[in-house]
Amino acid sequence: MGGDIPAHPALRPLHRLTVFRFFITRFGMVVPTFFGVTVVAFFLIRLIPGDPIELLVGERGIDPERHAYLLKEFGYDRPLWQQYLGFVGNLLQGDFGTSIVSREPVLSEFLTLFPATIELSFMAIVFALAIGLPVGILAAVRRGSVFDHTVMGISLTGYSMPIFWWGLLLIILFSGILGWTPVSGRISVLYYIEPITGFMLIDSLLIDEPGAFKSAFRHLILPTIVLGTIPLAVIARQTRSAMLEVLGEDYIRTAHAKGLGPARIIGLHALRNALIPVITTIGLQTGVLLAGAILTETIFSWPGVGNWLVNSIYRRDYPSVQGGILLIACIVITVNLLVDLAYGLINPRIRHAGRS
Amino acid sequence: MSENTVNGIPAAPHPLREFWSYFSENRGAVAGLAVIVTITFMAVFADLIAPYSPIEQYRDHLLQPPFWQEGGSAAFPLGTDAVGRDMLSRIIHGARYSLLIGIIVVTLSLSAGITLGLAAAFLRGTVETLIMRAMDIMLALPSLLLAIVVVAILGPSLINSMFSLAIVYLPHYVRLTRASAIGEMSKDYVTASRVAGAGVPRLMLITVLPNCAAPLIVQATLSFSSAILDAAALGFLGLGAQPPTPEWGTLLAEAREFVLRAWWVVTFPGLAILVTVLAFNLMGDGLRDALDPKLKR
Repeated sequence: MGGDIPAHPALRPLHRLTVFRFFITRFGMVVPTFFGVTVVAFFLIRLIPGDPIELLVGERGIDPERHAYLLKEFGYDRPLWQQYLGFVGNLLQGDFGTSIVSREPVLSEFLTLFPATIELSFMAIVFALAIGLPVGILAAVRRGSVFDHTVMGISLTGYSMPIFWWGLLLIILFSGILGWTPVSGRISVLYYIEPITGFMLIDSLLIDEPGAFKSAFRHLILPTIVLGTIPLAVIARQTRSAMLEVLGEDYIRTAHAKGLGPARIIGLHALRNALIPVITTIGLQTGVLLAGAILTETIFSWPGVGNWLVNSIYRRDYPSVQGGILLIACIVITVNLLVDLAYGLINPRIRHAGRS
Repeated sequence: MSENTVNGIPAAPHPLREFWSYFSENRGAVAGLAVIVTITFMAVFADLIAPYSPIEQYRDHLLQPPFWQEGGSAAFPLGTDAVGRDMLSRIIHGARYSLLIGIIVVTLSLSAGITLGLAAAFLRGTVETLIMRAMDIMLALPSLLLAIVVVAILGPSLINSMFSLAIVYLPHYVRLTRASAIGEMSKDYVTASRVAGAGVPRLMLITVLPNCAAPLIVQATLSFSSAILDAAALGFLGLGAQPPTPEWGTLLAEAREFVLRAWWVVTFPGLAILVTVLAFNLMGDGLRDALDPKLKR
């Protein structure tokens, strides 16, 4: 991305130092956030009425002697700060707790289901980009035209869309009336796919069974559209406004004056600079995607982490809820950090900050 | 934009008038306002407008389609649901819940956000760091997810879902209040007020706060629409208002299993959510342009 501006040799060490300091500051900001998330997740279970053992046994009840024994056994009789330290210690060793329903470690359950969510989110963002970018560029180039107004109107509608309703509408139209797409799941029950990569589109190709890939793809279409709708609206709007800003710059006028064709000006000079804020926007959509995945996966019975989290809440499986929240928060924080760092590397104005 | 000059004396327009002239330039915003007024009217007079009670079950008319479709009748213009309740009446009454959710959520998070934001701006130091770090942590989780977590702790209900959304939107108000308060505090009029002997509470609430109002009003409108949308999502997941409450998201949750049999029980409640949210977003855009002409594109 973006050609490096050759720095004067004398300035180079300083430049490296600036980037280094930028990285360190940014990392330094993340640590307290991680710490805070563990505090929130730890006290989450403590806030629920009843102690963890009572939650564990549920409605059945337990005799006081065994109750006291179990409290001691699991360390719940220790002071809270000791319990918290133990909790963080376990986290650092990759122990995110154990589900009370399946008795499986939360981390391994999460990791089994996570590829389904990644696959869906990835397709959704590809869908949003494939439509949002060209439409946003075209709207900016034809500013004030009917096309521009239509795009902006539709994108505001998309942004206001209750996606759980949107999903149901698409099911009525495409699965009910037209019969084109399946209603739920990741692949037809006719195919048994042993997870290799966990990504159905890849696995269905690997097993070399005719029709498996097509079935997996057809199952992905509606969830992709539903999950991609809000990012699509955001990306189209963001691309348009970034393009409008760039198109008013002096160097675009210079490019026109040099006699470059509109395709070259828009495609090369304008787009490259307009993409910086757009990339940031895409990165910041991770949180939106994961939240949207909860609704989308519920509608389409998609076996991902969103569906799992909601079901864990229904089952009052608090360790799973706790671990799941922690893992999702970690993912969002990490992605936001990466976006910030990438932004710092792409954008010369940040990369060279502090030099002048 | 244009300045009216009468006999060479520029007549300063009343602030409200000036605001309206900017606001009314934006047709989308005016349309949004019109829809909001209509929905408010519907909500306030729901008992008079709605043809039936929202929870009365007409057992002879289960899943009856809307009047223009075969099998429908004018008695139930938008059809009935699976236990024979009138869809139109349920949607009209649902407006009450959505507006109530918006009002309560925005009031709660706005007042708490202003308090914390002003505290951060005026006290600085450790207090500011603590408040802002806590807000950063809350922003690290996707808003709907955070709301789900809070509801999971408190238990699913309409009240708890409103409370959880108020918590979720808090960071935006805190950040906004702090940023604009700090911006205002460096200005001369604040210094003048301080020199004149105004105490901290007076400086906070009477000198600085009114000048931070514009961005807060815009944010309030926009989070009003998010509150309606997110509360509906919680209702849809079964974590918000519980049946038979005719909240729009809850209506959709009940309608889910009939999605391929009775399109009307799914379509109308969602349409109501979309139209309301869109209206608030349109009005929010218009307010932003009108209150802050500098931001005008």
